[in-house]
Amino acid sequence: MEALIALIIGVLTACGVYLTLRARTFPVVLGLTFLSYAVNLFLFAMGRLTIGQPPVIAAQAAGYADPLPQALVLTAIVISFGMTAFVIVLALKARAELGNDHVDGRHEP
Amino acid sequence: MNHWVIAPVLLPLLAGILLLLLGRANPLWHRVLSVFAVLIQIRLALALVAATGGGDILVYALGNWPAPFGIVLVADRLAAWMLVITALLALFALLYAIRGEDRAGRHFHVLFQLQLFGLNGAFLTGDLFNLFVFFEILLLASYGLLLHGGGRRRTRAGLHFVVVNLVGSTLFLFAVGTLYGVLGTLNMADLAIRVAAAPPESIPLVRAAGLLLFGVFALKAALLPFYLWLPAAYAHTSAPAAALFAIMTKVGAYGILRVYTLIFGADAGLAADLIESWLLPLALATLIVGMAGVVAATHLRQQAAYLVVASVGSLLTAFGLNNAAGIAAGLYYLPHTTFATAALFLLADAIARRRGELGDRLDPGPVIANSGLLGGLFFVAAVAVAGLPPLSGFLGKFLTLRAALDHPFLPWIMGAVLAAGLLGLIALARTGSLLFHRALPPEASAPETGPALAGETVPIIGLLLLGLGLTIGAGPVFDQARAIADQALQPQLYIQAVMNPGGKP
Repeated sequence: MEALIALIIGVLTACGVYLTLRARTFPVVLGLTFLSYAVNLFLFAMGRLTIGQPPVIAAQAAGYADPLPQALVLTAIVISFGMTAFVIVLALKARAELGNDHVDGRHEP
Repeated sequence: MNHWVIAPVLLPLLAGILLLLLGRANPLWHRVLSVFAVLIQIRLALALVAATGGGDILVYALGNWPAPFGIVLVADRLAAWMLVITALLALFALLYAIRGEDRAGRHFHVLFQLQLFGLNGAFLTGDLFNLFVFFEILLLASYGLLLHGGGRRRTRAGLHFVVVNLVGSTLFLFAVGTLYGVLGTLNMADLAIRVAAAPPESIPLVRAAGLLLFGVFALKAALLPFYLWLPAAYAHTSAPAAALFAIMTKVGAYGILRVYTLIFGADAGLAADLIESWLLPLALATLIVGMAGVVAATHLRQQAAYLVVASVGSLLTAFGLNNAAGIAAGLYYLPHTTFATAALFLLADAIARRRGELGDRLDPGPVIANSGLLGGLFFVAAVAVAGLPPLSGFLGKFLTLRAALDHPFLPWIMGAVLAAGLLGLIALARTGSLLFHRALPPEASAPETGPALAGETVPIIGLLLLGLGLTIGAGPVFDQARAIADQALQPQLYIQAVMNPGGKP
């Protein structure tokens, strides 16, 4: 499972970096979204991958699933939601004001 | 537990919410409330300076959860110093804005207060993830302030600014996640303990996370490879927003100082002095490149923006010396450069307003209205920024060079700082003569008087007087800076105050 999660995070990050470097605003927004998905998964996995463990310490349980990364991920998801919404609106505004969707506002043939 | 520690965080938040509730009420109410909130913040920040002056470190555990389980706010001398600088800068930026620029779009005052909320929180927090959250708050507010008033160039600059900062936030989260995954804590004092005790096999990951974090702070501080977002963003936003943003790069510098003295400082065992070999060369290169930008700038506001880049170079050069004298010199230089560049942004706007079509482009134009007073103010601001005696810029540079006397890189530091000073002097002298000396005779149709003078010049004069205060009161101010540096270089005091608040062994 660790290898699969690591692979997914790596692929998401690679896609995110590639798309963020594109010249049009829509791929850039998608790239930022992929990057935030990757980092959310990464944060989540930082509490270690455990199955069937209680989220807080119980006397009978052998171990526990770390609840803190889940709280961190929730915060990060909320923030990245807000940021994505903002950057989409900004990209639309740029498209309307600059007349095209190039990140530098350049007209290309 | 001292509840005043959280007041500088809560006050702008509540003021922002109240301003939002006022809605479309008379703009006078918004202005009065906003200025009043900033005035109280200055008072609170000064109270915190007094409370921490004796070397006490005030810890506020949110919800009374003890560290490292809960989030703590920590007010030490460094945090209080930054709060005072922020609040004073905010007052004058706001006084400039309430002449009418705050009406150019909606919610200026709300965003302004929320930006202060983020800034104050970032300075006070003692938790790394909480620092990320406050960074996001101040960035989100700054996106709104940057775009305030609208316009094509502002939108284009804003898009770059937002995307770059979002990528920076992602890297911040990766670094924080790695540190948590390896060390199992995010409280900065607890991190310091655990980094020092980290086993050798986990050191590479800790170092990687620490350097990633340095990359993020370098991005916020606009250090060399990452400064490209700054000039366009600062040059195209509205003048009061640009003046307030003068503190934003200093948040990155503060982050570097805090994290790399506390967590990765000299006591950090195998991860000690993590960025020592990176910070100084990058800072010197930033200084030179920033000054090259100042010389090459074609617009006055662009020139001021590059001066911000160069000032970050000077500031981090001082921090990069990694000794108490260097950090103290940097802490003395920090308020000076913040106030001086903010004054220059406001001045550039006041000048551009009187040149009609030419705006702030550096081309000879007709004599502007009130050129005597504005020229005089420009002269004072330029002397301060370029670091000529007798003003505070010179003292800051002198203190930095004096702290560098024993440093192995002395020739490089000396060469870069002095060459940058010369370049800045040439560029600003050229700008001044172009705007005020080589002006063409006034056009017959030109209006005799420009826009209302008092409202514009009072905030500029106020900022320059603060700089003058730093010069005249250099003795006490530098003593305070020295005390801050001594405290910052003794991380065990901070760790003790946070982890063991009762003082019990």
